[in-house]
Amino acid sequence: MKATSRAFKDNARRALGDPQLQKALLNLRTGFAERRAHAVSQLPEWEKLRDEAVAIKRHTLANLDFYLEAFEQKVTAQGGQVHWCRDAAEANAAVLAICRRLDAQTVTKGKSMVGEEMGLNDHLEANGVTPVETDLGEYIIQIRHEPPSHIIAPAVHLTKEQIGESFRATHRALDPARRLEDARQMCDEARAILRPRFLAADVGITGANFLVAETGSSIIVTNEGNGDLTQTLPKAHIVLASLEKVVPTLEDASTILRVLARSATGQEFSAYTTVSTGPRRPDDADGPGEYHVVLLDNGRSALLGGEFEDMLRCIRCAACLNHCPVYQAIGGQSYGWVYPGPMGAVLTPSLIGVEAAGNLPNASTFCGRCEQVCPMKIPLPRMMRHWREREFERHLPPRTYRLGLAAWAFFVERPALYRRAADWGARILGYVGRARGRFRALPLAAGWTRTRDLPAPEGRSFMSLWAERVAARKRA
Amino acid sequence: MSPSRDQILGSIRRALRRGALAPEAVAACETRLVTHPRNLIPARARTLPPRGQVELFVKMAEAANATVARVREPREVPATIAAYLARLNLPQRLVRAPDPALDALPWSAQTLLETRRGIAADSDPVGVTTCFAAIAETGTLMLHSGPAGPTRNNFLPDTHIAVVRASQVVAAYEDGWDRLRAAPRDADARFAMPRTVNFVTGPSRTADIEQKIELGAHGPRRLHIVLIDDGATT
Ligand code: SF4
Repeated sequence: MKATSRAFKDNARRALGDPQLQKALLNLRTGFAERRAHAVSQLPEWEKLRDEAVAIKRHTLANLDFYLEAFEQKVTAQGGQVHWCRDAAEANAAVLAICRRLDAQTVTKGKSMVGEEMGLNDHLEANGVTPVETDLGEYIIQIRHEPPSHIIAPAVHLTKEQIGESFRATHRALDPARRLEDARQMCDEARAILRPRFLAADVGITGANFLVAETGSSIIVTNEGNGDLTQTLPKAHIVLASLEKVVPTLEDASTILRVLARSATGQEFSAYTTVSTGPRRPDDADGPGEYHVVLLDNGRSALLGGEFEDMLRCIRCAACLNHCPVYQAIGGQSYGWVYPGPMGAVLTPSLIGVEAAGNLPNASTFCGRCEQVCPMKIPLPRMMRHWREREFERHLPPRTYRLGLAAWAFFVERPALYRRAADWGARILGYVGRARGRFRALPLAAGWTRTRDLPAPEGRSFMSLWAERVAARKRA
Repeated sequence: MSPSRDQILGSIRRALRRGALAPEAVAACETRLVTHPRNLIPARARTLPPRGQVELFVKMAEAANATVARVREPREVPATIAAYLARLNLPQRLVRAPDPALDALPWSAQTLLETRRGIAADSDPVGVTTCFAAIAETGTLMLHSGPAGPTRNNFLPDTHIAVVRASQVVAAYEDGWDRLRAAPRDADARFAMPRTVNFVTGPSRTADIEQKIELGAHGPRRLHIVLIDDGATT
């Protein structure tokens, strides 16, 4: 997928002024956070489970080469095949080669963020294979030719009116006078449209929430059942997985599953957790004849052992998006690549480079909620700070920003001067702004005052008031 | 071996600042795979006696929008299913998985109920399956593929009816894995697992349109569990 992350600021400004988007984002603010909080409250062992989940991933990452080789060996022994791919181009080529060999006309797809990362749909289409997204949200954005805006709810940025319009524009064979007003009707329409596509597909492609080294299995977690129809009915099942998805055992996967659904949708367990191992067995009643795992690195191995290694624990639950005030205000597409929100602000520069990711690490108020809710305890704010430091080292931020920081640094290194300047600054601003109590515009502060007023200070700086108080107490 | 494979493994080792894993570390990892030690399992179901686990299973399944009917004997199952279908005004027509446990039930006594044995097709409105285990912790069914268990029967029909014996209820997923590891499998030792293991918690659902939960996205709109409450627990 092509990144527009460099235009983050413009994207965000547009998003804030888009009334449809703002209406749709309201749905996000209530649902997810409340449901998660409730689910967590039902499980007294929550914090301990988080610690264990973190420990499992730490152990796996420290021995990643071992577990990947063990996984491959098990897959091969059971008649499947692992395709090791360094980058998106290799992964796309591997998928296309399988489709070509099987003479595939259409492939059905379950939701896969790795697939988005690869830009797989464009690649297949360009080569005469028709990909059909089957997750309802992914289907909606596919027919609208849009990128997803959320890692588990790809169409959360749309209102049902927008979705209804897209259905009418796409499902031309249906009666134009039909009713299409509520989610139920749209759901039924999509179900009826997609059912024959499931049955006709030659190849089914899913993502993976986990790969299990013990058994050579891949695991997907879904609610719709689309992933299961996708992988059961066609001739071949292709799994797209990035290499950090591996865990040692089924027990380890079970532990992380306990924190995944609760963090993601606030469910006790998702409707469908499916463990797939190799192709159909000789005496099986049904199932795919081939099983392939496309194992993608795409820059992840280089993150091991460094300050961004923690990010490889991410299980894509989206809790950090759902609790992020910046994400809630601008939605996911502003982030300009596959992964939005706090996890995207850290992962995007790691995978496509800090130059291409532009301002993403700055898309944070550092309120810290993302780290608080992250089931894998990933220190997202700290890592965003690391990226800001690197960005600064490489002279990427604009000149005024750098000059401002340099001026600030000058004063910070001279505390006495800093205090005096801050006190005088506060007094002057307080005096000038005393009539209104706020500023509509200020020189050098347009970035702030363009969208909101700056309250006028009360007249003195905190430090000078504090010094006065301490002095008074000493006298007393 | 592909060059990409070697490069990826090399890149992992370089980033971790080591060569191939030391023999002791390899041995520790291998032991973990073979012994698959359990991690923390929530007390919720684990600390309950078997009867309590059955009750918890029912409660959690209902909380996930499944419905549950209880019978005392296997021979009551067909009549219970017919009554359920009649109550909801659903077609009296079902496909049942080619499972000996289902074959043994008195289907022919239900004269109004049309039954077929085999693999589900798109046109089958109702599918009946057994299950391998039932997880009390979250009200979850554990099913697996095989000659008696076509996976599509769990997903294609609008209504999925699962027949569960009380003795199949276990506390946690880990108990399900242990039962599966211990289950007699065909001669072929190559296979660590059945091709597909499905954990099913309630009917299919989506919240992709304005975050409003709708049941029946692509899989079953209804999940009905017929629990044979034979009082027996293992
Ligand atoms: S960073 Fe944490 S909260 Fe965010 S998606 Fe990943 S695991 Fe979930």
